[in-house]
Amino acid sequence: MASEKQVETTGVMGWIDARFPLTPLIKDHLTEYYAPKNFNFWYFFGSLALLVLVIQIVTGIFLVMNYKPDGAVAFGSVEYIMRDVPYGWLVRYMHSTGASAFFVVVYLHMFRALLYGSYRKPRELLWIFGCAIFLCLMAEAFMGYLLPWGQMSYWGAQVIVNLFSAIPFIGPDLSLLIRGDYVVSDATLNRFFSFHVIAVPLVLLGLVVAHILALHEVGSNNPDGIEIKARKGADGKPLDGIPFHPYYTVHDVMGVAGFLLVFSAVVFFAPEMGGYFLEYNNFIPADPLKTPSHIAPVWYFTPFYSVLRATTEDFLLYWMIPFLLFYAFLVFTTVRGARTRILNLAGVLALIGGFFIIDAKFWGVVAMGAAVVILFALPWLDHSPARSIRYRPDWHKGVYAVFVVAFLVLGYFGVQAPSPVGNAISKIGTLFYFAFFILMPWWSTIGQPKPVPDRVVFHAH
Amino acid sequence: MTKVLRLVASFAAVILIGWHAQGRAAGPEYPLDRFPTSKLTEQAALQEGARLFVNYCLGCHSAQYMRYNRLRDIGLTEDQIKRNLLFSVDKVGEGMKIAMRVEDSKAWFGGQPPDLSVIARARSSHSGTGSDWLYTYLRTYYRDSTRPTGWNNALFPNVGMPNVFWELQGSRGVVIEDIHASKESSAGAFMKTTVSFDANGLRSEDKQKIGGPAKEGLKYDFANPVGGSLSVAQFDDAMANLTAYITYMSDPTAQERKRIGVWVMLYLCVFFALAWWLNKTYWRDIK
Repeated sequence: MASEKQVETTGVMGWIDARFPLTPLIKDHLTEYYAPKNFNFWYFFGSLALLVLVIQIVTGIFLVMNYKPDGAVAFGSVEYIMRDVPYGWLVRYMHSTGASAFFVVVYLHMFRALLYGSYRKPRELLWIFGCAIFLCLMAEAFMGYLLPWGQMSYWGAQVIVNLFSAIPFIGPDLSLLIRGDYVVSDATLNRFFSFHVIAVPLVLLGLVVAHILALHEVGSNNPDGIEIKARKGADGKPLDGIPFHPYYTVHDVMGVAGFLLVFSAVVFFAPEMGGYFLEYNNFIPADPLKTPSHIAPVWYFTPFYSVLRATTEDFLLYWMIPFLLFYAFLVFTTVRGARTRILNLAGVLALIGGFFIIDAKFWGVVAMGAAVVILFALPWLDHSPARSIRYRPDWHKGVYAVFVVAFLVLGYFGVQAPSPVGNAISKIGTLFYFAFFILMPWWSTIGQPKPVPDRVVFHAH
Repeated sequence: MTKVLRLVASFAAVILIGWHAQGRAAGPEYPLDRFPTSKLTEQAALQEGARLFVNYCLGCHSAQYMRYNRLRDIGLTEDQIKRNLLFSVDKVGEGMKIAMRVEDSKAWFGGQPPDLSVIARARSSHSGTGSDWLYTYLRTYYRDSTRPTGWNNALFPNVGMPNVFWELQGSRGVVIEDIHASKESSAGAFMKTTVSFDANGLRSEDKQKIGGPAKEGLKYDFANPVGGSLSVAQFDDAMANLTAYITYMSDPTAQERKRIGVWVMLYLCVFFALAWWLNKTYWRDIK
């Protein structure tokens, strides 16, 4: 008979520790997880993303208790939640505001990684898990948006699912498979409901756990981009590290309080957020026979939607082909390996050939997908000697600024009805967006980085 | 292979072009008047609005997600609701449903009148709230004998609904000036089309060229209504009351939500101050 494991703790904790590694878990992830002491404002958004995830799951559980995924009654069941379920309005508004809040927080979290090079070696896998979370979140938001079964829910889903039919050969069958019908219908609503409440959240939770485990394996980056593990004290603890608990738990509680102030202001005083969080047209029940006069995705998808709209035939011919030729020229003049050169040239030629063979609409869908997927490659695109923006050449800040402006401009024109001016500006935005990533191996190496200090920059509070 | 590709591509193209074209459909729109929002917190206004709604709207429009007994929110007792407002259903816990059949409404109005439960939210836009839209819409009817109902509306041209408040408002004509760039003659020339309807809806039209530069657009000049039981100011007030009720009905918890919201914000301010103090106290150790 096996004897009980010897543990240091006593009482209930001792009983548990003999059977489950509770104390080691608490130590590894909280009390003896050393985080750099120089975190700034940008470092709130990781814990806030976790908070919003919890809000979405808890409010989602209560919504599912009263929501009915049935084309005939779905719209009415949402109104039932809003009117007859005690505090149902609060739960629903928290969930709808939470969806937008999730994207606000995640976009800022990703931007932080971009600023301080948090995706650089050894944090590539951490970054990849994060990008996968972002993808899941987009799927989750898209499918959840169908559930209220309003006009925007219906027609937004109709348009996006139809995009899949632009894929050569398998497209029409694929979109049929996604919808479960020839148009968005009750069958679509049911499968989206299933994906929204169970399939995607399961994957999402798994990825979040993997993201945190990967973070705690390699340790947090910081605004100076210095590895704190490189300088340890006599006790083996990083000199610039402090235990996550209690220092960052109390710090994050403050962040949570600040976030909840903003979040509650929206939930209680402007739940529609001027038509951006809850679109006005979505208060009209879904009607397959009446196409709304203006279909726009919710704000968080609009930068990518703009990329889709900007990718027209003349964009491919007069903007993309010169850009790709320039890229091929860069590869040939600066990259040595013959294999790399040939592979890149083959890729460029295949793309240019494809532009002529397959319709621009397909390339629009490809561009929209690529705008998200290209994020995964970031750790291998950035060749700057300095990790953090603080120690990069000053003009790099300008490059980041252009990228941010391009992203915001794309988002703005994605909300607007199509116009020639908007389309022209979206093309410039799209080109800048992709140029930022594709040319990163070149521009990130240009210029003299500033000397990186040995220890993190920290001013005591 | 190219055939398949072309088919796929054209399918996608049709959808995308359709989606894109939607945004350009917006025509000239009548400017929205501002709804007096103070009405939303006046119980008497909301009650009067409910009375108008049940008497004038609920024949053709349902408000199926609004239960009659919810009207207790605006200060009515269940007994008052039963005696004065409960026309269309038997039980006070039921929604505001109607008996009109869809086939009939299609024959009479060319379509099913929309359910009004959340219409004030659906009619919101970036040019104004749904309340602004309703308040303007209800007050911009004029006689037009060319329409099947004999009525037309400035905000919602060629609407299927007649002016159900004609007894209160009276009949009125309108002069519509439409200035637009001339299609036939040289660039820079403008045409002014003036369409007039008298109080009986008889139409007359006049076209003239404008020499100099002009601002394109539509201008409505309403005549004074004839034969209504309310004055213009009284009618505006009645429509503001009705709009207040419809707005309340679209989000019945709105006032409660804001009231609770104030306390939540106050609590969070205290919580934030405590969290800030706690953080500061702990971080004193970190040098």
